[in-house]
Amino acid sequence: MAKTKTAGNYGKDIRSDCKVTLELTKSGGVKIELISKIKEYFGDNIISLAKDELKFFDVKNAKMKIEDRGALDYVIAARIEAAIKQIIDTDKEYLLPIIPENTNQTKKDRYRRSRLYLPGNTPKLALNAGVHKPDGIILDLEDSVAHTKKYEAAILVRNTLRSINFYGAERMVRINQLPKGLDDLEFVVPHNVNLILVPKCETVEQIEQVNNKIAKIKKEKNLKFNIWLMPIIESALGVINSYQIAASKNVVALAIGLEDYTADLGTQRTAEGTESFFARSQIVNSARAAKIQPIDSVFSDVSNMEALKQNVLISKSLGFDGMGCIHPRQIPVIHIGYTPNEKEIEKAQKIVDAYNEAQKMGLGVVSLGFKMIDAPVVKRAQQILDMAKIGGK
Amino acid sequence: MKKADKFVKNAAGRMVPTIVNGKKVIPFMGVNKYKPTHRGAAPRVPTCIDYPEDGNKIVESLKEALIKSGLKDGMTISTHHHYRDGDYVSNMVFDIAAELGVKNLRWVPSAAFPCHKPIIKHLESGVVHHIEGSLNGPLGDFCSHGKMEGLGYLRSHGGRYRAVADGEIHIDIAVMAASAADMMGNANGVMGKHPFGPMAFPKADVKNAERTIVVTDSLIDFPCYPWEIMGNDVDFVVILDEIGDPQKIVSGTTRITKSPDRLLIAEHCAKFVEAAGILKDGINFQAGAGGTSLAFVSFIQQMMIKKGIKARSIIGGSTKFLVDMMEQGLTDYIFDGQSFGMDTIPSLRDNPNHIPIGVFDSYDFHAKGNLVQMMDVIVLGSTEVDVNFNANCVSHSDGRMLHGIGGFQNCMTAKCTIIAVPSFRDRIPVIKDEVTTLVAPGELVDVIITERGIAINPRRKDLIAATKNSGLPIRNIKDMKKEIDEICGIPAKPKLSDEAVAVVEWIDGTILDVIRKVEK
Repeated sequence: MAKTKTAGNYGKDIRSDCKVTLELTKSGGVKIELISKIKEYFGDNIISLAKDELKFFDVKNAKMKIEDRGALDYVIAARIEAAIKQIIDTDKEYLLPIIPENTNQTKKDRYRRSRLYLPGNTPKLALNAGVHKPDGIILDLEDSVAHTKKYEAAILVRNTLRSINFYGAERMVRINQLPKGLDDLEFVVPHNVNLILVPKCETVEQIEQVNNKIAKIKKEKNLKFNIWLMPIIESALGVINSYQIAASKNVVALAIGLEDYTADLGTQRTAEGTESFFARSQIVNSARAAKIQPIDSVFSDVSNMEALKQNVLISKSLGFDGMGCIHPRQIPVIHIGYTPNEKEIEKAQKIVDAYNEAQKMGLGVVSLGFKMIDAPVVKRAQQILDMAKIGGK
Repeated sequence: MKKADKFVKNAAGRMVPTIVNGKKVIPFMGVNKYKPTHRGAAPRVPTCIDYPEDGNKIVESLKEALIKSGLKDGMTISTHHHYRDGDYVSNMVFDIAAELGVKNLRWVPSAAFPCHKPIIKHLESGVVHHIEGSLNGPLGDFCSHGKMEGLGYLRSHGGRYRAVADGEIHIDIAVMAASAADMMGNANGVMGKHPFGPMAFPKADVKNAERTIVVTDSLIDFPCYPWEIMGNDVDFVVILDEIGDPQKIVSGTTRITKSPDRLLIAEHCAKFVEAAGILKDGINFQAGAGGTSLAFVSFIQQMMIKKGIKARSIIGGSTKFLVDMMEQGLTDYIFDGQSFGMDTIPSLRDNPNHIPIGVFDSYDFHAKGNLVQMMDVIVLGSTEVDVNFNANCVSHSDGRMLHGIGGFQNCMTAKCTIIAVPSFRDRIPVIKDEVTTLVAPGELVDVIITERGIAINPRRKDLIAATKNSGLPIRNIKDMKKEIDEICGIPAKPKLSDEAVAVVEWIDGTILDVIRKVEK
């Protein structure tokens, strides 16, 4: 019997996606059936894309059905590729041109106040994610993707990294828990991902494995740019090892995931968060000790902006620099929350002014009133001012 | 008889007929260029001695009322849409007409809905010649495919009122559903077993029709007061078991949208209104019932609380949300032309500051002033806009009819008219080079707002100057279009036939554009 494989999603509530059903045939050439509400507008375009892709993969005889719900080319291409590769074993990749906006690298200490999680296999959410202006966008391959969809999701995420403009947000991918996550790297490292989130991270060795794999891919493909890491600590052991993890190569931020952590403790997550106080403080402490950014867990009640606001204020007072979010409306609340308040800005300004004054006078020692100011304090003050500026103050 | 004949290019550059369904019409001459000087409609002069002395005009059945009204071939029948997709009465009228063997009727509803699908068989059999009123759903499809005997006629709510009042449409029989009525025909929409809200639409009809029939499912003892329809204008009263399903008044949602993109669009609108200096104490504005419009009002509400200001009036489509705002002291008045939700009815009925309005008050081009022109800001949705700020709310890019005009054209005369749209829907960009159907001339659209930015009409130098340093994403509309096209790709242009299936009338009664037959 002929092998029929499918990829993608189609249904009443599905938008910006398509489902591709492919069957290889012995003869008769390529036959493509397209079902789409927008066939009149994009039908020819979709068919010629499909033909080109089949040709690219040397498929000469096939029956293909594309059930479309307004998918963009990069989605259709990903779905077709995923269907083909379930039948044909090949290393080839069908890549659309990378948009110029997606070729930048990010700085180690750029702001990471908000990082918006997007399910990696749901294209509809990616299209406009950037217009909500998060500091980072995470294309998630881990928890938000069903096990049977992991492969097609990886291809889609690869194409998303090349094709979708995130309007300046840092391009992040959360890979699967190791060892599976190491395979995910093949799909994203060559395509200008800025940062990899490593979930359920417990040991330094895991970070080493990720770094080694990235280095190997970069060498093979002759890639030069830096890829940063943000391990997510989600277990009691991870908390204990957090400093060593934070101090590892390429790690720029350390995040905490409280759902799994509280489960590991054998307790439940509460609104007050007493049960995770130790872990959160430990993460902040480890991150600061390693001179990287401590990043808080997501706040999952998307309808309660007031509770989110309180949560952000507590998080900031614990020392965190940012947190995850799962709905774009959380972004402005988080940004405002982590933006320094007037008192902090005033104090920081005084420190920076004193430093500049001392530099001008050629003084080696900076002092403010009777207090001596060390270099890290000046640096922190400058960061506060930068953050205030970015936050619109 | 040709449906449409003798086409000329109108002032908007559109080819339009000068003869429609055998009657001479005037091509669009430009905004505010056409001012007719003739006298208005002249209603039949009735005499009270021809009506029952005790005021009791109840007849056995709708069929009897129609027969007594003299229903015959070629007549014009009007109904209104206060039950929207839950209306039962229009279908009954034409079923009876079919039973009586009447042909070639013209139906002039204030709006038609998918629930009126059964009318198609009457269009096919010739009972109904054509429809003048909003066409969507199955009726829109029927008309789009050129199957209607006569040419469709799309008018705005205000345009329909004007056409009835100035004699462009002469109604023979007006069949008006009311949730409560007395034996004399005094009627309203706030009492009875299925109240639907204010009766904005029937007022021109009952004043000018040859015969008026009030149909209700709740007869109450005289007097039925408030009397939005006055028994003095009514010929017959019919009592039925059911006249409509108020649950179907709301087809979409009347809750604030949860879509992050739509919320962002609404937020852009509210911030724009604030930055432009429009949001002031005593503001008058319009609030739609859709999810994005409600979100806009919700942002405005938060801003008003923060600033310690309140509105003087909000014109709506009333929702529970608006009622709550009035109860919180955030607006002095609600002007209400249509209730969206039964939970607004107690306020409309009991709160004197919740004022029922008609089309005459709010929209009429021949009124000596109207409410919408006094509104500081109005936010509208649209199916398409173009780089010259023209807007289309009636047809899809392939020409298929999707929506009626509603109050869309009328709202263009507000002090600031904003069109709020997502930049694309199902991969189809919303900003075009040229709209498929011209419904609102670009000179009246002040601002187009999407999730990707805010484009101000270059004519509105005042708004451009006021929002210059606002930090809002103010953009050139062509740049915005370019970005959207890069995301979606440029769609192929659908083939439209030359054959016109409907005309779009401008608020002054001139012909603005035609809708063409869909090929496939």
